[in-house]
Parts: sequence; structure tokens; C-alpha cells
Amino acid sequence: MGTIEVNGKTLETDEEGYLTTLDDWTEEVGNFLAKQENVELTPNHWEVINFLREYYTEFQIAPAVRVLTKSIGKKLGADKGNSQYLYELFPYGPAKQACKIAGLPKPTGCV
Amino acid sequence: MAGPEFTAPVLREYPVIPILQRGAMAAATPYLANEKIQEALGFPGKLVDDWHDKAIAKMGDLLGKYRSLKVFLDTCVHCGACSDKCHYFLGSGDPKNMPVARQDLLRSVYRRHFTLAGKMFPQLVGARELTREVLDEWYTYYNQCSECRRCSVFCPYGIDTAEVTMAAREILDSVGLGQKYSNEIIGKVHKIGNNLGLPGPALENTLEGLEEDIKEDTGIDVRYPLDVHGAEVLLVTPSADFFAEPHIESLIGYGKVFHAAGISWTLSSKASEAGNFGMFIGNYEQLRKVALRVREAAQELGVKRIVVGECGHAWRIAYSFWNTLTGIGAGANDPFAIQLQSQLDHRHKQPMHICELTWDLIQRGALSFDKEANDHRIITFHDSCNVARATRMGNTPGGQFEIPRHIIKAVANHYVEMAPGTTHEQTFCCGGGGGILTDEMLDLRIKGTLPRMEALKQVVDSDGVNFMVTICAICKAQFTKVVPYYGFKMSMIGGVHQLVSTAIKLGDK
Repeated sequence: MGTIEVNGKTLETDEEGYLTTLDDWTEEVGNFLAKQENVELTPNHWEVINFLREYYTEFQIAPAVRVLTKSIGKKLGADKGNSQYLYELFPYGPAKQACKIAGLPKPTGCV
Repeated sequence: MAGPEFTAPVLREYPVIPILQRGAMAAATPYLANEKIQEALGFPGKLVDDWHDKAIAKMGDLLGKYRSLKVFLDTCVHCGACSDKCHYFLGSGDPKNMPVARQDLLRSVYRRHFTLAGKMFPQLVGARELTREVLDEWYTYYNQCSECRRCSVFCPYGIDTAEVTMAAREILDSVGLGQKYSNEIIGKVHKIGNNLGLPGPALENTLEGLEEDIKEDTGIDVRYPLDVHGAEVLLVTPSADFFAEPHIESLIGYGKVFHAAGISWTLSSKASEAGNFGMFIGNYEQLRKVALRVREAAQELGVKRIVVGECGHAWRIAYSFWNTLTGIGAGANDPFAIQLQSQLDHRHKQPMHICELTWDLIQRGALSFDKEANDHRIITFHDSCNVARATRMGNTPGGQFEIPRHIIKAVANHYVEMAPGTTHEQTFCCGGGGGILTDEMLDLRIKGTLPRMEALKQVVDSDGVNFMVTICAICKAQFTKVVPYYGFKMSMIGGVHQLVSTAIKLGDK
């Protein structure tokens, strides 16, 4: 277990820096987590983050990579609707790194 | 805090035994499972006060239950045949990753407490007391074994290192030292039904999306049915097939095969996981509890047969253990098994691998392919350890090697074999099996994949191979993560049914 401090508030994370409590997340926290990951957030990053959070709220799980790429393709243009583009945005992998910045738990299993 | 940067070992032209580097991997330790994760599985939440006595008692318990374990701990003569066969040793040079040395971490304590010589003259026979340091060493190095059993192929006594590793992990769990990655996942299976924690509605949403995509691509209504009562086939597949790339491409392939052959099939939201990490932690109760979900789902849905998707250790469990574990197959005689047995269709193998199903259909001429659709790929096949060394497919010895290759050659024109000694029963682990596929073990995973990368590099250079397929979700996830460290593209990893999916003809458009 670890903690991060954003704006004077102490938030709990797991060993790998994923937020433990979904509701602790704010855009500021997202910015903070992105900085820790050396990811500079652009509007396109935010499209991904917002979609992840919306999907999670509905389904209690992050979307499959394919669902994510399809949605991003619709929003940002077909040339960006592929996992290669998502890896450009989140070099450590869209599933894990983007989830971390979006304040979602880490996807587990053979992924 | 993007994590430490790791670099891969250099690929060499001729693999040689590495120079020993003592303690090179001593820091590669997976996260401990917290109290919540541990207690959900009935394990102590943290290291118990009387861990020494509990651990020795547990060892005694396992020795009484598993004759094999006692034989394996007794018979090793330290001949060294296994010492250079482990991918983690070859990649890291850490002598404790030699299988014999790994086993000796446990064997030395076994000698001290369970053999006469070790009780009386411990120093003379390499017996040692279980100290806290030894316990921690167990935790480190038994979590650096992927239970791939390559070393066992070369052992003149047939000692199964994986079983020693499983016993050690079982002892560690029983005193409160569980591994987070595996144990959290097992908890999710009990609670939600799969390793990912993918709830039913999300699964349904994902499958609907797939149907739309395929309709768009091919103009054909290929279905991915969920929880359909009375379907002929229940397909159980790793939940990664619903989530990750390239895994999902093989799922698409399974659906196309069922569609083209006109077989009614279903997935189950209850048994939405073929994987069973109960085996990785060596715990029979967890293994059984996870496996029972498949039996219950099969009974509830009233299916006639169960087919297992592309998952290495799932096929080992289905092929080798379901019979006694959950009564699927012949033999078990509890009321549940009898009921399930009576509903299963005896004209088919029970259980059946998706590759057996597809190959059978190909041989009968039930599927047709446009092989040229795969012409952009020069393909090689990575044998997954659990399939290769713990199972069979078809009716002839070696079927587990030949059937996937037959399928590839039936759907694609360019196939290249990697060097002998790195495939078939001597295949190298991908480096991520057995509960190691977690981010904090990335350094070990990169090093452990070295032997496979060297074999791959050879065929990339000699034949222009640009696609390596496997039939295991762990292999797929591990390779896509680690091959970039060796200069390969992650898009060169795929599944056998991904190739099938590319080439299969789905009727008149």
C-alpha cells in the first residue's frame, strides 16, 4: 500500500500506484498520476480517460481494448481507432497505464 | 514513477550457458497478497507467529498426501542435467534459478526434518533449518519458477520441479505469504467468474460489439452467444480472450469456426474463465473450486460437450485433471458427475480442445479457406509449455504438437519451424507462465524469454518470419509485452485461430 498527496489531500493507492478508491479521483489527481507516469496529457488523452471512466461506471470494469479503440476511432477519427495509436498515447499499454491515470483498478489476468 | 527501465540481454548467435551471477535475481519478488485477498481464499492474512512449526507441519501434510513430492525430494542425485535447462537461469545467470538449486531450497529443509541422516548429521547431508531467511528465499525463488516443466524433460529421474514449486507455494500460503497476482485473481473468479473480474453485462456488451464488427467486416451474422440453454457446445476460454489484443482475434476465429460448421454453441457468464490459477499456487481446494464452475455451468446450460479455447494451463487441467477433479470424462461416480456424464455426448472427446474441433472439421471438409489471405504472414509456432508437456490432442502421441501445426498449414502458405531443442516437448516457456505475468516481475520476464527470442531471431533472419502464433493467453500477453525489448514488434504475436479467422470462408457474400 502507498499514498499520494494531491492538493494537500492524502489518497491511498495500492503497491503499484493504482488508486484504491474510485471516488478519490479528480482531474487534478489524473494530472498528478500522469506526471508520475511521464505522460503529458493532451485532449486526446482525456478522450480516452473520460471514456474509460464512463465505461467503468456503467460496467464496473475497464472496456476491452477493442471496445476502447472503436470508441476512440469514432471520436477522434478512424486513423486513431487502433491500438497502435493508444500505445502512442500511453506507452506502457492502454489497458494498464490509461486505467491507472483514470483512477481505475488494474486489469488482472492474462492481459 | 513509470517504474524502473529494464534492458534485455543481448541476443547471441549461439546460445551458451551463462556465467554465474550470484543473487542476480534476489530482488525480483512479487507483491505479497494483502489480508483481504488472503482471507478470501481461507489463507492467513499475514505471516503467522508460529510460521516455523506451521510450515513444517504443512510440509509433512503434503508429503503424506502426495507420494510424488516425497519421491522428488528423495531421488535427486544432483547430476546437473537440469541445471542449464531453465529459461530463467539462462536469461539471468542466477544459480538459484537452476532447477536443482531451486528444489534444494525446499529439499534441504525436508532433509532436516524428515530424514534420519538430516536429523542427526544435518551438515553432512546438506540439511538446514527453516529460518526466516530461508522462508523469504522460498518466497523469492519459488515465485521465479513458471512451472513449465522443461527441466523435467531432461531429468533422468523424471523429477517434476513444478510440483516442488507448487508445494512450496502451498506452504507459503498456509503461513500467510501469498502472492498478490495469483491470489487476487482466484478471488475474482470466485466472486465474479473470471480472472479479469469481467461482469456478465460487460461480457454481453463486448460480445455484441464483436458481432457488429464482424458483420461490418464480412457482411455475415456470426454470433457470440452467451448463456444459451440447450446449446450443443459450451466454450470455456480465458477471459483475456474477451479483453486483450491479440487474444480477441482468436475468439473471433472460434466463433467463425462454429458458424461455418453450423454447430450451436454458447459461452457462459458463470464459467467465463478457462484459466485456473489454483494450479499455479498448488492448492487443490482452490483448483477444484474454480474447476467446479465449469461443471456447474455445463449442467445448468444442458450442453452436450465442453470445448476449451486457447489457454495452456486450462487445457492441462481439462485434459489431465477434470476427470478426477470434477467428474467430466469417464469414471467419476458421484451424482453430479453421473448427471453431467449422461448429458455429455459420447461421440466426442470429453473435453475437447478448440484445435481438435477445428482440425476435425478441416479433415472432414467442413471448412474451406482462402489461404492467400494469410500470405502477408510468415508464421512460426511457439509450443506452450502446459500443452506441450502435460497434455495430448487427437488420438496419436504428439497430437498436441501436430494438430496446431496442421491447422496453421491448412490456413496459411508460409510456415517455418524454429530450431529443434526449442520446440515440441523441449519448448521454452514464454517467461510469463505459472503466475509470474505481473508487472513487478517484468525484469525476470524479460530475461526469461531470452531463449525463445534467440530461436525466434534465427527464423526471422533466415526466413523472414514476421508472425509467431501460440495457443495460450499467458504466452500472448507475455510476448506482446516483452518482445519490444528485443527489437520485435508486438504485432508479430498472435493466435492459431487468428490465422483461421483470417482465412476462413463464411459462405456466399
